[in-house]
Amino acid sequence: MTPTRKRRLMLVGLILLAVGTATALTVLALQQNMTYLYTPSEILAGKVPAGARFRIGGMVKEHSVERGQSLTVGFVVTDGDGDMRVEYEGILPDLFREKQSVIATGEMQDGHFVATEVLAKHDENYVPRDVAEAMQKAHRKHSVPETADQPAQ
Amino acid sequence: MNTLTLWFHKFGSPPVFHRIAVRLAPWLFGIAVVSGLAALYGGLVAAPADYQQSDAYRIIFIHVPCAWMSLFAYFFMAANAFIALVWRIKISEILAMASAPVGAIFTAITLATGSIWGKPMWGTWWTWDARLTSELVLLFLYLGVIGLYNAIEDRRQAARAAAFLALVGIVNVPIVHFSVNWWNTLHQGSTVRLLGPSRIDESMLWPLLLMALATHVWFFASVLVRARVSLVELEGGKEWARQIALGKGEPA
Repeated sequence: MTPTRKRRLMLVGLILLAVGTATALTVLALQQNMTYLYTPSEILAGKVPAGARFRIGGMVKEHSVERGQSLTVGFVVTDGDGDMRVEYEGILPDLFREKQSVIATGEMQDGHFVATEVLAKHDENYVPRDVAEAMQKAHRKHSVPETADQPAQ
Repeated sequence: MNTLTLWFHKFGSPPVFHRIAVRLAPWLFGIAVVSGLAALYGGLVAAPADYQQSDAYRIIFIHVPCAWMSLFAYFFMAANAFIALVWRIKISEILAMASAPVGAIFTAITLATGSIWGKPMWGTWWTWDARLTSELVLLFLYLGVIGLYNAIEDRRQAARAAAFLALVGIVNVPIVHFSVNWWNTLHQGSTVRLLGPSRIDESMLWPLLLMALATHVWFFASVLVRARVSLVELEGGKEWARQIALGKGEPA
């Protein structure tokens, strides 16, 4: 390698190193500050600033969905440690159901969460319908607790 | 000089590269179209419906291979940009600049299909979560490289400036890939994993991988054709290019 090329290689390498370090530090800082959503137990622990609009994420608790007048619906979002009541009026996404991960945007009002938007989160598992049914049958037979979210475990 | 460096030098010589590109491109396009059609049949007809999303999940066979390509094309562009900056190899400059528009299109398709998929499943066209935002930044990086390359008159200087931007932008590639692990996102985690079992049934996996093969081959075919054209443009005054232009065929 000629000296010129060696010098260029060093220069480009140093720049890449510098940019890489800067990005790594930014990502690390963002990991602590950038929250797309809060879980119910985080809200109950008071980690959400008062009066702020934020997103709540978690699983829809079984037997908690109550449909009211027209499009109003109420349900409980849980993360296992804490529960939060969510009120919403509008059209729910197709994937919305009990034991499904959802993300709702809105704010706290009188101890419960009033959502203006409810999004369903789906997981990374793709299973043919008959395989999923067969697995659920096997789970019931061996009394494994059903998890609608992760059939492919 | 050993055989590898010899081959490297030969491939880097414009007339040789031109000859290889002319011969290779139709074959690559052929392979890409045939395997792409087979993968479409496998994904849209042969694969069973998903237990949760039923038939709506089938957009995965376009969305995921294009998303992989958006990252792969960027990596290819940045690697060539690196070679172009350090060794000043003409072919690398051209290859890097040729892959930018192809990668940009793959990124745009990823964003569009993701949006179309997101509306019925998640309930929204767009949300500012880490995966979606970093993929959008990737598109802007591609557009920046293309824009910078076209803003400077001298082709080689333009390529070097744009190569620098491409190289610095490589930091975004791991961010796109790991965003679903590093942050709480609406976008789900990786389904297909290199390490450990994939989270997708085999009847759905093979069309996905076949489509990934098709998009990779298409990428290389497309880049070869683009690179060949800009090479002839750049070397227009040289004897070998003149001979091709005059229809005297390829020089030996």
